[in-house]
Amino acid sequence: MCAHPRAHAKGIYIFMIEINNLVKKFGKKYALDGVSFSIKKGEIVGFLGPNGAGKSTTMNIITGYISPTSGSVTVGGVDVFSEPMKVKKMIGFLPEQPPLYIDMTVWEYLCFVYELKGCKMNKSAHLSEICELVKITDVKNRLIKNLSKGYKQRVGIAAAIIGGPDVLIFDEPTVGLDPKQIIEIRSLLRALSKERTIILSTHILSEVQAVCDRIVVINAGKIIADEKTAKLSEALGQSNRFRVKISGPSREVLNLLKSIHGVTRVTQDGAREGDAFPYIVEYSGSIDIRKMMFRALADKGWPILAMEGVDISLEDLFVKLIDGEEEKR
Amino acid sequence: MIAVFKKEMKSYFTTVTGYVFLGVALLISGFVLSITTFMSADPSSDTSNYFSIVLIMSMVFLPILTMRSFSDERRTKTDQLLFTSPVSIFSLVFGKFLSALCMFLIYLALSLFNFIPLFAFVAEGAAGPNVAMIIGNFIALVLVGMCFIAIGIFISSLTENMFASAVITVATLFGLLLINGISGLSFLQGDGFAEVIRVVIDWISIFARFDAFVFGYFDIPSLIYYISVTFILLLLTERHFQARRLI
Repeated sequence: MCAHPRAHAKGIYIFMIEINNLVKKFGKKYALDGVSFSIKKGEIVGFLGPNGAGKSTTMNIITGYISPTSGSVTVGGVDVFSEPMKVKKMIGFLPEQPPLYIDMTVWEYLCFVYELKGCKMNKSAHLSEICELVKITDVKNRLIKNLSKGYKQRVGIAAAIIGGPDVLIFDEPTVGLDPKQIIEIRSLLRALSKERTIILSTHILSEVQAVCDRIVVINAGKIIADEKTAKLSEALGQSNRFRVKISGPSREVLNLLKSIHGVTRVTQDGAREGDAFPYIVEYSGSIDIRKMMFRALADKGWPILAMEGVDISLEDLFVKLIDGEEEKR
Repeated sequence: MIAVFKKEMKSYFTTVTGYVFLGVALLISGFVLSITTFMSADPSSDTSNYFSIVLIMSMVFLPILTMRSFSDERRTKTDQLLFTSPVSIFSLVFGKFLSALCMFLIYLALSLFNFIPLFAFVAEGAAGPNVAMIIGNFIALVLVGMCFIAIGIFISSLTENMFASAVITVATLFGLLLINGISGLSFLQGDGFAEVIRVVIDWISIFARFDAFVFGYFDIPSLIYYISVTFILLLLTERHFQARRLI
């Protein structure tokens, strides 16, 4: 875990967001149990965890929507609880469910948010620029209730970036969108990250890998990993596995696969197709067993019909990370 | 605060709430005024019955104005936008209060048209309507209306369901009306403990102070009372939101 420099006491700060030992109890249940992490200026951090892990709770605390049971949060060197107004001015927040007034048109809504935030810029120029950026110019005179989910999400993002806040906090910005919209939103996030600090929560691993510099993984209210994206991906790459479809007698194929050097686990996976069965083969890091497997199967005359890599899932990630934590102890 | 006020005013007129409130309230008060004065069996220009009925009517209509104020924000999760914006909670509450009060003032202003036939009717006959009494009643309605709105906003901050909010507000207001009657009961007329109860009841009974204005007196203590009750309730709403953040 990173050290927490106290440099901001002198007005200089290294970390844009510093979260220190945050605890939040709902009744007797701990939603957050000692969460600490810091985010540098200009960083885009993925906040990853399964549903109910405490992602939204953490974000709601950073934005001042709810208060923690204990712990502290500073944004830009300012404490969220002693000077909430100052902090709220610095943050653009997109909650899990975009807070839209569905009876307003997009433009009316953006004007309302602009006035609510007390911005003092050239209003129509600023809002038009944002509409262009998130590509909602063509729907700006439509009622929000008539928009599709993807457009509503974008209006939410537009509202968050009004006033040009330094910190953007997006709670699951791509949930419920179709693949094309997801790609658009991701490239938008990358464009926004050029001059801003962004926290992005998600439960999709590939999303953070695609967008973020760093990944903070939370599970059951605790941080279980805080790494550079590249480093985490590398660490995860160690247990390789793939799915392979082989035509041949299943029990003998299974035994043959298990006998290959480097294979750690083989399981039959899915229904047969003619005389072919699909298998999931897991092997340990350094050896590429695919060539050996090909030769062994070719000797027996059992052809490979298909082979594909299997992406590591969030569940696998958690199993690995939690196992890793226990090993360290 | 101004942003919230403008948004609320706009939403009264983009949804049906504003039109229904103004339309129905004006219709009923026009009807009531005519049958209690110049169209009654014994025609007179005495408006006291009219104002008592308008008071009862606002106990039902003002909760309709306030029922959505915070209930709906919570239901649609837009409270997350409001409470994470750089605006104090009190100014959000006050913006909502002002917009509802403004609607009520629009109603009262439009209801002035009701009095044109009343004055016209007098021109032909006997004693004219008591102008001081009419002005007093208007002031009293504004003050009591402020309290009703503050009560409605406080109750709407407690629930996500706007109909529950309306029903509870109406019930509370009628409860207060009943309390007003209690202090007049014979067993509370003695000294000592009975007197304490009577004083407490008089203090919470927002209707008790209505009477001075009704007879055309400008009663400063009552004015201060109504304004303080309104602010206490608005502050209570603000405290409630602060407390909920801590849960």
